[in-house]
Amino acid sequence: MSRLLLTRRNFLATAGCSAAASPLLTSMAFAAAPWDNRLVVLILRGAMDGLDVVRPVGDPAFAAARPTLAAGDGLALDGFFTLHPALAPLHPLWEAGELGFAHAVSTPYRDRRSHFDGQDLLEAGTGFDAGEGAARDGWLNRMLQAVPGLEADTAYAIGQEDLLMLTGAAPAANWSPGTRLALSPQARRLIEMVYEEHPAYRAAVLEALTLSEDIAAAEAAGREVEDGEMDAMMQAPGGKGAHMQMAEFAVQRLRGDTRIAAFSLGGWDTHNTQARTLPRTLGQLADVISLMRAGLGPLWGKTGVIAMTEFGRTVRENGTGGTDHGTGGLMLMAGGAMKGGQVYGRWPGLAEADLYARRDLMPTEDVRAYAARAMEGFFGLSREALSGSVFPRLDYAGAPRIVL
Amino acid sequence: MSFSPEIAAIRFGYGLSPRHAPPGSVAEMVAALHGPDDMAAAFPIAPFAERLPWYREFSDLSKARRAGDETALKKIKAMLVDDREAHTDMLAATLARALEAPHPLRERLTRFWADHFTVKGKGVARKAVQRFVEDAIRPHVTGSFAAMLKAAVTHPLMLLYLDQNGSVGPGSNYAARQAERGKTRGLNENLAREVLELHTMGVGGRYTQEDVRQFAELLTGLTMNLRQGMVFRPRRAEPGEEEVLGKVYGGRKARLEHVHAVLDDIAVHPDTADHIARKLAVHFVSDTPPEGLVAALRARFEETGGDLGAVTEALLEHPEAWGPLAKTKQPYDFLASACRALGVEGRQLTGLGFRKMMLYFLRPMQAMGQPWEQPLGPDGWAEDGAHWLTPQGLAGRINWAMSVSRVEGLSLPDPRRFVVTALGRQASERLAFAARAAEREAEGVGIILASPDFQRR
Repeated sequence: MSRLLLTRRNFLATAGCSAAASPLLTSMAFAAAPWDNRLVVLILRGAMDGLDVVRPVGDPAFAAARPTLAAGDGLALDGFFTLHPALAPLHPLWEAGELGFAHAVSTPYRDRRSHFDGQDLLEAGTGFDAGEGAARDGWLNRMLQAVPGLEADTAYAIGQEDLLMLTGAAPAANWSPGTRLALSPQARRLIEMVYEEHPAYRAAVLEALTLSEDIAAAEAAGREVEDGEMDAMMQAPGGKGAHMQMAEFAVQRLRGDTRIAAFSLGGWDTHNTQARTLPRTLGQLADVISLMRAGLGPLWGKTGVIAMTEFGRTVRENGTGGTDHGTGGLMLMAGGAMKGGQVYGRWPGLAEADLYARRDLMPTEDVRAYAARAMEGFFGLSREALSGSVFPRLDYAGAPRIVL
Repeated sequence: MSFSPEIAAIRFGYGLSPRHAPPGSVAEMVAALHGPDDMAAAFPIAPFAERLPWYREFSDLSKARRAGDETALKKIKAMLVDDREAHTDMLAATLARALEAPHPLRERLTRFWADHFTVKGKGVARKAVQRFVEDAIRPHVTGSFAAMLKAAVTHPLMLLYLDQNGSVGPGSNYAARQAERGKTRGLNENLAREVLELHTMGVGGRYTQEDVRQFAELLTGLTMNLRQGMVFRPRRAEPGEEEVLGKVYGGRKARLEHVHAVLDDIAVHPDTADHIARKLAVHFVSDTPPEGLVAALRARFEETGGDLGAVTEALLEHPEAWGPLAKTKQPYDFLASACRALGVEGRQLTGLGFRKMMLYFLRPMQAMGQPWEQPLGPDGWAEDGAHWLTPQGLAGRINWAMSVSRVEGLSLPDPRRFVVTALGRQASERLAFAARAAEREAEGVGIILASPDFQRR
């Protein structure tokens, strides 16, 4: 699969229809998002080891496959699975029905086990057979395309990277916490003039200027109405790493007009001494979710967070206390609007004959089916849209409804 | 399309400069490339091996501290400050080479290949990436690809980064001994997979999962530590032969030569030639390079058994390498070329120290989306221009351009002259107008640096 996918602004520039750039597309022309629900999509880059995070201790082959990693006590989930101790801060959410998982899931990606192709496919949301001329945008953007008349700030890609998942023809915002762009009126006029004939530059700089102004205004307003929830947010655990800054920015936006936020968390490629490295990364994930819950306050009841990774890892521990690239993996879901308290999915078993290529967890459901159920539940998207443009030819009838 | 001095300086160097004339011909560029490496001598970066005593001392102090030595902590802190300074000094030296080289193609090739063989430092060695580049990449940019591949793959920092260090042959003596003690030690596939997928054949290459596994077995025995560097330990190697891409390697006793033999063969595989040819064309010429150019580079790679000097010459000689500027500079290239256009001298940077380097370069590169030495993964930085032109990334470039007058020791040029110095005939009418229309010199220079004309290469 080509790494040279069209990015959102590239696409907008070609199509000549950037919402942020075009003076014709003011807020007059757009309705606010037709929903009140909030969806947060996290991409866990590096392939999270689902078998360590939600451990199938009830499977007779598990302990033997994981001589050191299976050791130690997980937290009780449903009798068959236990939860990695580093996610202990989220265990109360499980008890409250606000945390759930889908096990043995995967994208259609198989065999090459490349992070980079795997992530591209996860974000594109297509099958691996998508040939030339097929969708070269992201599934979350195609979801927005199915809902006409949205404003650019309905959906935010957060962080320095350009998330393929939100790339495409529908307007979406892209920003990194802490960035500000302010120009003198004359410098601004000259920059706009110099960028006039370069649509990609023009779209990007106008978006940057608009967002800088919006955020400055929102922060000024926020300082005036400091409330209890913001205080709670400040007391959320964890330091101010990039993951927390992104989560905090997402919360600020979701408390306003934004309904969809997406960002990625790295550090999941645990080839080595996983018992030491995975807890750190899981701790960050727990911090992000805890901060969102605290920061969103009552809105948490209308929120769903789904966290997806490109593939799972080998069933058997490798020779360096870690795991190598695999196939079937795990999806995490959290939020007051999710039907949590369950580990969804059909368990394939860990006996050698049950594995994919005799090494990996056999995927029994497409991870996109769960994402489709989330969008159906939150935003009322039709089966035609979900199985048509968003996830072409995906049959998600077998996946459970995961939204309350 | 044929040679042009401006395109030569911008596409194959760090842009135009008031201090250096652009190259006069391809022959001149090639001659410079095969001449002595003056820049490495003028702005030295010490090899990894020279840092080993530092790591040893650091490790001894850490042990002493754990054992209750109260004075150790103070020494550790001083060492960390020293390491931080040494690290920014290496960035300053790297930039200084880009500013002082009359024809900095060698510098550009070094950045390209350093990205191709991305390593990230880990733990105590986290600030050693440029030492790896100096050891394994720079000496080979006009040499054989096989030599570079062997140097990079067996370098201690690569062994550390891609987890080779702990990989043990499941049937080795060492694994058996560990098993008696109740410890499981075995294979780690990471380095083997990335060598095939990223460094040589490419993800579309004709290798299988079984090739990855057999190759990983063949790589066992390669270890590193921060006292000795790379050490080959036959006791950890998988005994017997391994078959990789249809050829059998190894033998009764494991030797480093077996690893070299398989790397020598993969280095000249046709899929490797194709992968390298395309990557070079994408990096230097266009995100969607002309197929004729890729084919010419591939052919030269195959004819010469991967002679990178010859492949680079094929690039410079090809008419389709001289089309209009079509790439977006990556943030590092942008900063280096801006300094070169402003006439900044290498020695102005080498004495700056951590705090100023942080202010002028490290933080801005982060804001532009390219934190120094911190790509997300072993696939390095993205090539496509759209990746870099995000609102936040472009804001980072504009902010730096507009505040460049704050850089200590810089004398700001007149924007009307600077537009010619920096871009020659590559500047558009609009930009020339904007340079004249700015209210302040600093804004005029900033607009030129932030312009699409200057961001192109």
